[in-house]
Amino acid sequence: MALAVGCRARPGKGRDNKTGSWRVFKPIFDHNLCSKCGTCQVICPEGCITEDAEGFFDPDYAYCKGCGMCAEECPKKAIEMKQEEK
Amino acid sequence: MLGITEGSMAVAEAVRLCRPQVVSAYPITPQTHIVEALAEMVANGKLDADYITVESEFSALSACIGASAAGSRAYSATTSQGLALMYEVCFNVAGMRLPIVMTIANRAMGAPLSIWNDQQDSISLRDAGWMQFYAEDNQEATDLHYIAYKVAENQKVLLPAMVCFDGFILSHTYEPVDMLSQEDADKYLPKFAPSERLDAADPVSFGMYATPEYYLEFRYETDKALKDAKSVIRAAGAEFGKMFGRDYSAMVEGYQLDDAETVIVAMGSLCGTVKDTIDEMRKEGKKVGLLKIRVFRPFPTEDVAAALKGAKRVAVLDKNISLGAKGATALEVKDALYGSTIPVYDYVLGLGGRDVRKKDIREVVALAEQGKGNQFIGLRKEVL
Amino acid sequence: MRELRIHGRGGQGSVTAAELIAVAAFEGGVFSQAFPAFGVERRGAPVQAFVRFDDRKIRLRSQVYEPDYIIVQDSTLIKDVNVFSGVKKGGIVIVNTEKAPDYKVPDGVKLITIDATSIALKVIGLPITNTSLMGAFAAATGEIKFDALKNALYHRFPKELAEKNIEAARQAFEHVKGATA
Ligand code: SF4
Ligand code: SF4
Repeated sequence: MALAVGCRARPGKGRDNKTGSWRVFKPIFDHNLCSKCGTCQVICPEGCITEDAEGFFDPDYAYCKGCGMCAEECPKKAIEMKQEEK
Repeated sequence: MLGITEGSMAVAEAVRLCRPQVVSAYPITPQTHIVEALAEMVANGKLDADYITVESEFSALSACIGASAAGSRAYSATTSQGLALMYEVCFNVAGMRLPIVMTIANRAMGAPLSIWNDQQDSISLRDAGWMQFYAEDNQEATDLHYIAYKVAENQKVLLPAMVCFDGFILSHTYEPVDMLSQEDADKYLPKFAPSERLDAADPVSFGMYATPEYYLEFRYETDKALKDAKSVIRAAGAEFGKMFGRDYSAMVEGYQLDDAETVIVAMGSLCGTVKDTIDEMRKEGKKVGLLKIRVFRPFPTEDVAAALKGAKRVAVLDKNISLGAKGATALEVKDALYGSTIPVYDYVLGLGGRDVRKKDIREVVALAEQGKGNQFIGLRKEVL
Repeated sequence: MRELRIHGRGGQGSVTAAELIAVAAFEGGVFSQAFPAFGVERRGAPVQAFVRFDDRKIRLRSQVYEPDYIIVQDSTLIKDVNVFSGVKKGGIVIVNTEKAPDYKVPDGVKLITIDATSIALKVIGLPITNTSLMGAFAAATGEIKFDALKNALYHRFPKELAEKNIEAARQAFEHVKGATA
């Protein structure tokens, strides 16, 4: 990247930055245990969890960085962090 | 037109002729007359600008950042503790490459509290990335404002500038000043037309965050822009000279330099008193000369070295001191003469409004002839 | 170069006097410079202001130590301050006083006394002595023309106030002219 005079920058999009590649542990969501409370969506720092038509929640693995906060906060223990297969 | 007026009024009038679109400043002695006059001009319609009143100098310069980034010509003025309160903002202005011009009515730094003149305030901000011009008289103080804007807004430079003139000694002195007409000022200084500015329709951020991979390069480029500004300053000074007859193309100016054995180096209003002393000493057969430094940042190292190469000895006067080291000009001159055998002697004087008289300049010359530098001139030993 | 030092007290208009004398001198075609001895200005405190006159550009920035002319705005200052310090031989000292002098000016220096306070009280209605002293200065030294002083006063003050001050200056001017004729 060439330097801009005065360290000036055009606004970028967070979506350009695919943080999914940072993941070491991957959250696996078990819809059988899920109560559809939505806590995981609120807590996810990447904002990558979306609700589907049935009201279940799932992450977008292109952006999920595997931080594990959703698993930590899920009241139903419906999310399990599994070692990423490399 | 040549008229007689107070230095502050002359500067305020020159600033008006530069057509700033936003003025934001906080009153502080001895700068107050300037911003009072500008506020009045805005209020009575003589200056088409927004005057933003603020609660501190920090906010004044911050308001100028917003104004300048949005594409307007912005102006502020301050001194001493007010400038110190702007410290952080000064670095931001330079880093964002905003061509703000600010007048400094030079004053000592507290404590102890002093409202009187020396140049410690602006000298202490020499590392902030601003250009610094120092005026010898009120004519120069006014002219340097047009030049400062012209250079600052040059696309190759895009850096802020301080126009420094000695508080009280110039700011409160009535003397003749030749003022440009608005037509001439407009011819010399066209409208500010930045290639990039804050615009909601086309968003851009200024002064973004730089990681260690980039910060060093940003500093390199800002330093390079400031050094490259030398040629722009010379050209802008020459153009001013061609248009109005007062040539400011030189960043340093010699007086009786050609055959001078002892060369005094000085900055600001001190130069006038030095010149009068030189005239007297020349009549007595003493070969004394002056090298006046008009631009302290970027420092004209090569020009200083070239101008001093014939000197037997150099005596540098500083109305400031980098405590624990020397006066700032002395350090620069020593750097410029590094490797030469010309001795450089340094003298601190005129701090906190101590009057500098011709006899003080004579004392400096005598001390330099004896090879004694590293001195405070006019110390009252009886109170130490 | 000729130099003037004005001694006054805060509130007596010494700085204004210096400025107006410089303006009037400039109108007369000389280079002039006026500046105060930048004190912390408090009413009643002794203050000084300076004017220089020359036929070329004035570069000197120090205060005035060896004046050609001295104006003492108030004779009570003579006890507090060495007002005659450094005055040149052949110099002129103008003192505002109603009494006969009980002090001595240095040898070879001309003393002019004028009761500027009475003139000011009579003409302006206020003890503003600086304009009368400017008139006395014009008459005693010839450094400024009375008409130039008049213009400077018109320029500085609203018309009515200017006219009163001009009348005070004129009376002092004529008094000194008469006394020295
Ligand atoms: S692991 Fe972290 S980033 Fe991935 S979905 Fe859970 S909270 Fe979001
Ligand atoms: S926090 Fe757990 S229970 Fe709640 S919606 Fe997410 S996965 Fe389901």
